Amino acid sequence: MSFRLALQESPGNPWFSWQYVRDNSDTILAALREHATLTAEAMLIATVVAVPLAVVAYWYRPLTGPILALSGVLYTIPSLALLAFVAPYVGTTNPASVLIALVLYALLLIVRNSLAGLNQVPPEARDAAQGMGYGRWGRLFRIDLPLALPGIFTGLRLATVSTVALVTVGALIGYGGLGDLILTGFRNNFYKAEILTGAVLCVGLALVLDLLLATAGRLLTPWSRRGAR
Amino acid sequence: MRAENPFQQAVTWLNDPLNWTNPGGILDRLGEHLWISAAAVALGCMVAWPIGMWLGHSGRGGSAVVMISNLTLAIPTIALLTILPLTFLGFGKPPVVVALAVFAVPPLLANAYTGVRSIDPEARDAARGMGLSGWQVLGRVELPLAVPYLAAGFRTASVQVVATAALASFVNGGGLGQIISAGFGLGIAVGGGQILAGGILVAVLAILVEALLAVVERAVTPKPLRRARGRAARRAAAATGNA
Repeated sequence: MSFRLALQESPGNPWFSWQYVRDNSDTILAALREHATLTAEAMLIATVVAVPLAVVAYWYRPLTGPILALSGVLYTIPSLALLAFVAPYVGTTNPASVLIALVLYALLLIVRNSLAGLNQVPPEARDAAQGMGYGRWGRLFRIDLPLALPGIFTGLRLATVSTVALVTVGALIGYGGLGDLILTGFRNNFYKAEILTGAVLCVGLALVLDLLLATAGRLLTPWSRRGAR
Repeated sequence: MRAENPFQQAVTWLNDPLNWTNPGGILDRLGEHLWISAAAVALGCMVAWPIGMWLGHSGRGGSAVVMISNLTLAIPTIALLTILPLTFLGFGKPPVVVALAVFAVPPLLANAYTGVRSIDPEARDAARGMGLSGWQVLGRVELPLAVPYLAAGFRTASVQVVATAALASFVNGGGLGQIISAGFGLGIAVGGGQILAGGILVAVLAILVEALLAVVERAVTPKPLRRARGRAARRAAAATGNA
């Protein structure tokens, strides 16, 4: 954990300080980059694992119950506890600890929403696909997944926003991205400008990513714009 | 990593009676954890239930409820936990309780709103026809009929708060998370077992609370409503799942 003691001497301790942002732009950008990288990696891995998992649960109905039940129980486990389970095995000075905990969390949200999306595919559409001679895989890629995209994107958006917030928990082992700023500011004599900069950037990053995903989802599913919601 | 694996270390740590009874030991931390969580959920209920039910009663504010939920999801717990002690709340338990209450509000609010909204309009009309005023309709008809939803929201919020309360350790706010933080402070060689033991304790507590409240939720939901209500309420709460 890095402490920047030189900053303690600042006379006032305002919440907003442009001076702070300018003087520490390197640190802030590094934290922002780490935060965004961790989020992106976690989301990428989680999506690659979760969507096929949802498809498996969709194809083999008996697996739906267990997969959802497991996701429910895992989601109950506090984020800090998840980090505590992973870190002793992976190493406490390893960003992979944070990454694994994040992936586990994101996984559950994406699986649940993707499955809900797949289950909402109208039976008529499925029958029509069958009648047109689509096989199982053809139907999956041409019919089921496109129609489930709104559900999948809901999951992705929820998972992204909560992942951005959860990255900060990694600050406990020094890989929390903007969370490191927040925590360092708190430990470093309650340096308000540093705390608030971290917090504001964190919320901002979440909102920007959410907006990007919402736009992407809308562009990919032009047919759902009227009707639903 | 040492020869002994972390899990064995954790079991050893949990088996030491002093780790339970010492000042700042497991029992102390458990007490703090439960106290903080209970206070936060109570505060959240006091704020969210009246507002949610009023919004549901008047039929306005649905989009506001969703917006509040989404916005809260984006705020990192640690940011609130570090910012609030620096305001007029001061240090100690109050800022932690307030921070956790903020995260309890969305599921409570969403379920109170949905609960009142989804009441059969005929029941409401009948109550009005009997000459009940707006407040009486709210108190005698809408409130009792919304209880299953309120219970579902209470369950979601409580589990979430118990899980999130572990993060209070970032600001020395107490609770079981403190055991994990202390373990990380010791480093992996010495604290590995303690980190894992703390994680197990927090996770077990969260799952116990979840199971206990599931039973309570079931008990307060009238039998014919159980399946449909549970699913609807969970959908209303799903938008705010976060720990």
